[in-house]
Amino acid sequence: MSINILMPALSPTMEEGTLAKWLVKEGDKVNSGDLIAEIETDKATMEVEAVDEGIIGKLLVLEGQDSIKVNAPIAVLLTDDEKISDINIENFETNEVNTNQVDNKTQSNAENDIPQISNESQIQKITNLEENGQVNAHESTRLFITPLAKRIANQRKINLNSVNGSGPNGRILKKDVENFQPSNIVPITEDKLSSNNFELVKNSSMRKTIAQRLVKSKTEAPHFYLSIDCNIDQLLKARTSINALSNGNYKISVNDMIIKATSASLLKVPKANASWENENTRYFKNTDISVAVAIEGGLITPIVKNVETKGLLQISNDMKILAEKAKEGKLLPEEYVGGSFSISNLGMYGIKEFAAVINPPQGCILAIGSGEQRTVVINNQIEIATMMTVTLSCDHRVVDGAVGAEFLSQFKVFIENPSLLLL
Amino acid sequence: MNNKIFDLIVIGGGPGGYVAAIRASQLGMSVALVEDKHLGGICLNWGCIPTKALLRASEIKHMLDNVEEFGFSVSNIKMDIKKITQRSRKVASQLSSGISHLLKKNKVKVFEGFAKIDKNSDQSKKIIIKTKDGTITEFAKNIIIATGAKSRNLPFVKSDGINIWDYKTAMIPEHLPSSLVIIGSGAIGMEFASFYNDLGVKVTVIEALPNILPNEDDDISNIVKNSFAKRGIVLKTNSSLKSVNINKDTVTSEIIHNGNSEIINSEKVILAVGIIANTQNLGLENFNIKIDKGHIVTNEYLETAEKGIYAIGDVTGGPWLAHKASHEGILCVEKMAGVSNLSPIDKSSIPGCTYCRPQVASIGLTEKAAKSKSLNIKVGKFPFIGNGKAIALGDSEGIIKTIFNKDTGELIGAHMVGPEVTELIQGFSIAKKLETTEHELMHTIFPHPTLSEGIHESVLDAFNKAIHY
Repeated sequence: MSINILMPALSPTMEEGTLAKWLVKEGDKVNSGDLIAEIETDKATMEVEAVDEGIIGKLLVLEGQDSIKVNAPIAVLLTDDEKISDINIENFETNEVNTNQVDNKTQSNAENDIPQISNESQIQKITNLEENGQVNAHESTRLFITPLAKRIANQRKINLNSVNGSGPNGRILKKDVENFQPSNIVPITEDKLSSNNFELVKNSSMRKTIAQRLVKSKTEAPHFYLSIDCNIDQLLKARTSINALSNGNYKISVNDMIIKATSASLLKVPKANASWENENTRYFKNTDISVAVAIEGGLITPIVKNVETKGLLQISNDMKILAEKAKEGKLLPEEYVGGSFSISNLGMYGIKEFAAVINPPQGCILAIGSGEQRTVVINNQIEIATMMTVTLSCDHRVVDGAVGAEFLSQFKVFIENPSLLLL
Repeated sequence: MNNKIFDLIVIGGGPGGYVAAIRASQLGMSVALVEDKHLGGICLNWGCIPTKALLRASEIKHMLDNVEEFGFSVSNIKMDIKKITQRSRKVASQLSSGISHLLKKNKVKVFEGFAKIDKNSDQSKKIIIKTKDGTITEFAKNIIIATGAKSRNLPFVKSDGINIWDYKTAMIPEHLPSSLVIIGSGAIGMEFASFYNDLGVKVTVIEALPNILPNEDDDISNIVKNSFAKRGIVLKTNSSLKSVNINKDTVTSEIIHNGNSEIINSEKVILAVGIIANTQNLGLENFNIKIDKGHIVTNEYLETAEKGIYAIGDVTGGPWLAHKASHEGILCVEKMAGVSNLSPIDKSSIPGCTYCRPQVASIGLTEKAAKSKSLNIKVGKFPFIGNGKAIALGDSEGIIKTIFNKDTGELIGAHMVGPEVTELIQGFSIAKKLETTEHELMHTIFPHPTLSEGIHESVLDAFNKAIHY
């Protein structure tokens, strides 16, 4: 019995993904657990393992093919002594209907705002949900196209993988190529570029997810902002003495200490450690801190989990590994899906202060400005201190002004008295 | 009271209607067909088919007249026009009874009578059928109007079946007239001109436009013009008919040519000036059905502005050809049944054939039309005089002309005149449907020796690669 390898749902928000790279080719034997492909999701590039063993009979999607719907077949695994010719490659309409249904489910999940964290258990490795032997002819590696359509597509440099065929069995006809919307063409033809000095870059699935989630956040979550100045001289002093004894084994950053201080403040003000779920508000008992990390083409928020149980060293190590994985696009979904509170730090760029967009469904995000020497008045004296301005963006549905303010004042206490973090 | 509601009732049993009915039945619909006169319609009874039987007779006459070239001598050849027309009628009736059998086999209920449609409910329409035994009322969810067309008269001259013939009377002459004036040089006019000329009748063709076969490519029209002229057919192009007067034994036609009046006397006149759609007395006024220039307006899937009422074939917009009607019938019914992957008819891919001698067949745009669309084109021409099979047949008059889009290699048009070109044109139809470019046609192996090699050579010529020319 042949098994369809389906596009896995690698995160609860994932509706479609890009097949970044095949790690196997047709005819390869695979065992359960072998890596077969790299898939670029809205968040990261992930490796996919085979669940069953068998021979790769057919790769149904091309490397680089994007917008592959979750649960669409991407390859056919032959078990026992099957041949590819045994597979019944037809009935693609029925299959399309299946895919659509799955699609709708995914969508409605997203719309119902089922919290990400509770969906973690649903994260799937490759599973063969159906063994119906149906293969989507549309996504087969063989391209059905008339000679004329092919020539016109070549002349216009149209990527045929993006063109839907309207002819028999999805064959691409002249009119399909001619009616193809050039806005989807990447890269745009050179002659179009010559008169205008710009470059069109196709939006990656990550960019689209960022767009979708942040628009959702800004349109649905009523943001308000609270700022506070923190004197970080004590914190810097503590950091210097901690790092002085490291013998090069570790290097605690200000950011690591901010993560810890955030966690400690959330424990003091648990009402700020919350997310909005329409019917309910979820108050978290642990502190999973999402930390925004800029990566090529976007950003991602890997999570330092259960920070309340971790010391600075562990936080620092966790952060280092997560940041590295993020930059390589290798974060696992459980490493970035969920989180109870976010931090975004642009201090290293000299940004004095800024207001961040909340990462839904979380209730707050803390924006960290740079530490800088400012003149401050202490006991009627003008003095110089290293100051850092932080701004808390709150979703007013979850966190009211007083709660946010209470959190910030606690945060200020911890930052200015770092020894309290030892408690 | 009959409570049955048919899924579909087709009005008209011509090549559009009966094909639609059979296809609908295949798709599981309950279907009835209403036909007033003959199953098979004009095409089969008074059009395509019986005229081909007549033209076969005139072709044989032409061969008999030229047997010496092939080493024969015959004498005392007698011709009986009655027998010629009788054979033509026999062919038609044989096919018509075949349609009746096909409909029965496909469980299509046939009503003989004239249908009129009326509103019934949101879900169904009422069809009142006047039969020779009285009036019946039936109901249907969907209706296809496939009532065809009839020949057009001119304001000052109508066919009377005696001196002024329409296509029908021209097909069953009591005796051969000594001379004929044919008004109109479309396919019908040219076929009758060819037929009667071969049988020895003095024929004059009057055409208002500058070219005979005005829908064909100019090169093709010119070859037919020269060929007809050589046979003694008088062609009056750029000539408008001013009046027709019926005398005791003759008909006098007055034409205006280049501003000058000219009188032509003939024994009979054939009116072949086009068609008018049969839209009268159908009850269309009871519905929101639009009519433009006499023809029912439909969308690309043949539905009228009234939901559930469709129209196909000659009663709708042109080209008015049987194969277009049949194709529309199938498309319309499949759309109705929700068949997927359908696409509307591409009118630039409907072949047209004229069975005069020499035969004419074409598909797609003429050179002039392609140029008027500012298309960058390549044109190939191959004369049958360069084709071995044509020479062996003793019939090497004519050419195959192909027109390609220079930029994309798309086959834009193909125009042929010569031996059996009506049988050759389907190759181009397939090529167009499959969207081949010149590359596929050039690399197709054509059998030798055949007339079809001319297709290959014409394509090669368009790209300056012809071998035998």
